[in-house]
Amino acid sequence: MSDKRANNSKIVKRLLLTVAGMFAFGFALVPLYNVFCEVTGFNGRTNNEPAAVSQHEVDKSRTVRVQFITRTAQGIPWKFEPEIKEVRVHPGEVRVVNFLAANPTPDDMVAQAIPSIAPAEASLYLNKVECFCFNQQPLAAGNDAKMPMQFYIDPDIPAHITTFTLSYTLYDMTANATPEALALLESTE
Amino acid sequence: MSTVVDDHNHEAHHDHKPSGITRWLFTTNHKDIGSMYLWFSLIMFFVGGAMAMVIRAELFQPGLQLVEPQFFNQMTTVHGLVMIFGAVMPAFTGLANWMVPMMIGAPDMALPRMNNWSFWILPFAFVILLSSLFMEGGGPDFGWTFYAPLSTTYSNDSTALFVFAVHIMGISSIMGAINVIVTIFNMRAPGMTYMKMPLFVWTWLITAFLLIAVMPVLAGAVTMVLTDKYFGTSFFNAAGGGDPVMFQHIFWFFGHPEVYIMILPSFGIISAIIPTFSRKKLFGYSSMVYATASIAILSFLVWAHHMFTTGMPVFAELFFMYCTMLIAVPTGVKVFNWVATMWRGAISFEVPMLFALAFVILFTIGGFSGVMLAMTPVDFQYHDTYFVVAHFHYVLVTGAIFSVMAASYYWLPKWTGHMYDTTLARLHFWCSLISVNVLFFPMHFAGLAGMPRRIPDYAVQFADINQITSIGGFAFGLSQLIFLWLVIKCARGGEKAAAKPWDGAEGLEWTVPSPAPYHTFETPPKVE
Repeated sequence: MSDKRANNSKIVKRLLLTVAGMFAFGFALVPLYNVFCEVTGFNGRTNNEPAAVSQHEVDKSRTVRVQFITRTAQGIPWKFEPEIKEVRVHPGEVRVVNFLAANPTPDDMVAQAIPSIAPAEASLYLNKVECFCFNQQPLAAGNDAKMPMQFYIDPDIPAHITTFTLSYTLYDMTANATPEALALLESTE
Repeated sequence: MSTVVDDHNHEAHHDHKPSGITRWLFTTNHKDIGSMYLWFSLIMFFVGGAMAMVIRAELFQPGLQLVEPQFFNQMTTVHGLVMIFGAVMPAFTGLANWMVPMMIGAPDMALPRMNNWSFWILPFAFVILLSSLFMEGGGPDFGWTFYAPLSTTYSNDSTALFVFAVHIMGISSIMGAINVIVTIFNMRAPGMTYMKMPLFVWTWLITAFLLIAVMPVLAGAVTMVLTDKYFGTSFFNAAGGGDPVMFQHIFWFFGHPEVYIMILPSFGIISAIIPTFSRKKLFGYSSMVYATASIAILSFLVWAHHMFTTGMPVFAELFFMYCTMLIAVPTGVKVFNWVATMWRGAISFEVPMLFALAFVILFTIGGFSGVMLAMTPVDFQYHDTYFVVAHFHYVLVTGAIFSVMAASYYWLPKWTGHMYDTTLARLHFWCSLISVNVLFFPMHFAGLAGMPRRIPDYAVQFADINQITSIGGFAFGLSQLIFLWLVIKCARGGEKAAAKPWDGAEGLEWTVPSPAPYHTFETPPKVE
């Protein structure tokens, strides 16, 4: 009987370890998902780090249509629009598109733009050299700003992608502003 | 009385148990705990059923008549949670508690005290969940799937209660699963090799492993919802670098194995009943075991078929589509084996067999609509419509619930020592069979015509179909009162049941008298 007891507790221990392991795995799915998305372009995220300036030759033989969509999340009544709704670029060619933001509220606010690309596959080939989405964007009450986004498309982009859409959603980050954003906000006043 | 029990009359003093409430509070007896699980599940079945009645009453006519939309959402949410975690899962755990030790010739579960715990935390979980309905602002209203940001940004403070209730349910299921695994590993009677175990034991063993693998992931998901809502983390909040779609991946990584947790034990039950009333051995025993294991393994590779419309790359959609369709193969093996078992058998139509036959046919209908939903291109049309509701109610009500009914009618004489009123049982069967189809079959058409799920109001062209559905719903709800009456009547008395009331039955549980004595197999039986 005592043999069996010992054996029981051995199995129970292993099963409890599995339970703990699976609980940890649930949380491990978060970084795994992020890595997976980065590698495969799954879910249309773009890099949050600036890409190196294009060394590629411009592929004049084809053009890709890049469309821009903007929206603001709940609780941030900013105006937020691209200067131009759509551009046609050759792969490898560096372009700048400006986004216009205005803070009509009586409060100083800080916002963060979150990008997403459809179809998701295209996100692997969009390289942003500079983007307002890399940092939080402060805007004093009543002010407006022109926010640049400089990008080029990797010439390796598959032939079947002729159009893709880059969307930005603006979130209110005033409550969670970074020190850099707050410093910028003070310097404008 | 069988010899096994007679040999141990000197231990009869063990049979005296504390009387009154303490017997049930402190019991470590697998039969007591099994009974409590089954009663709890039956109560929850009626609680969840009452919510379904509210839903069907509101949907009887287009427009808003009885309840506020937000309360309607709470009803759909809590109906789902109560039926899944309160009715189906505890019913299977209860059956496992009663039957697994008796089927493998063990005196009790391996960890009796933990068994007591795993049951007794469950009522508290549901008191927490149900009481949240009476909170200011109402209970959870984001669907049982609690997708972020519905459950984070847009939910009210009852979410915290929801999270803790789910934690407790999860802990209870995990403890139950550990107990089943240890019991099956260590407590089998001499000679009871793995490949001699009844299929109910096999399917429960595999289910228990699924539970241990995915319930902790659910616990993780609800914890992330909790910290996102209250502690400023951004797991599912895009503003902070998280991703709401990731919630769906994590949730369905739990959610899909979960749906097999709710059906694999059914397969075991049906595999016990059909051979009994066909008076033949189960056709393809080992293929049944392998099919169950394959379904369990495949269940980890198909979760994203719930998310075809989230904008996945085509490659991923195809992968999940093919994996999902692959599940139809082992499931088809099972259905084939059940039919082959009946082939040229001396079939008789006792009530458990009626429910088992209804299960085979209606579960297969649910399986077919599942294959339809698995097809990515058409899923874009079916997604979040009543077609989905029809599909999962066919597999869960006429699948899981019907199998629990079948099991109850099969083993009630063993549990109570009395034969139930078969006229009443037949009435219950036919009422249920007809009303359940009036209830769920028209939902297919409503869904194909474009009626979305989880809405309190709908376009007028769906009025007729919803009226029929609601009438079926009320009839099905009322029919279950027959079952309640029958079970109470059977527990209180009736014609004495023989040790083996079904002449074609096989298995160790039929070698002990009816009702099964408080302690069985204290000396292990010999298995040939």
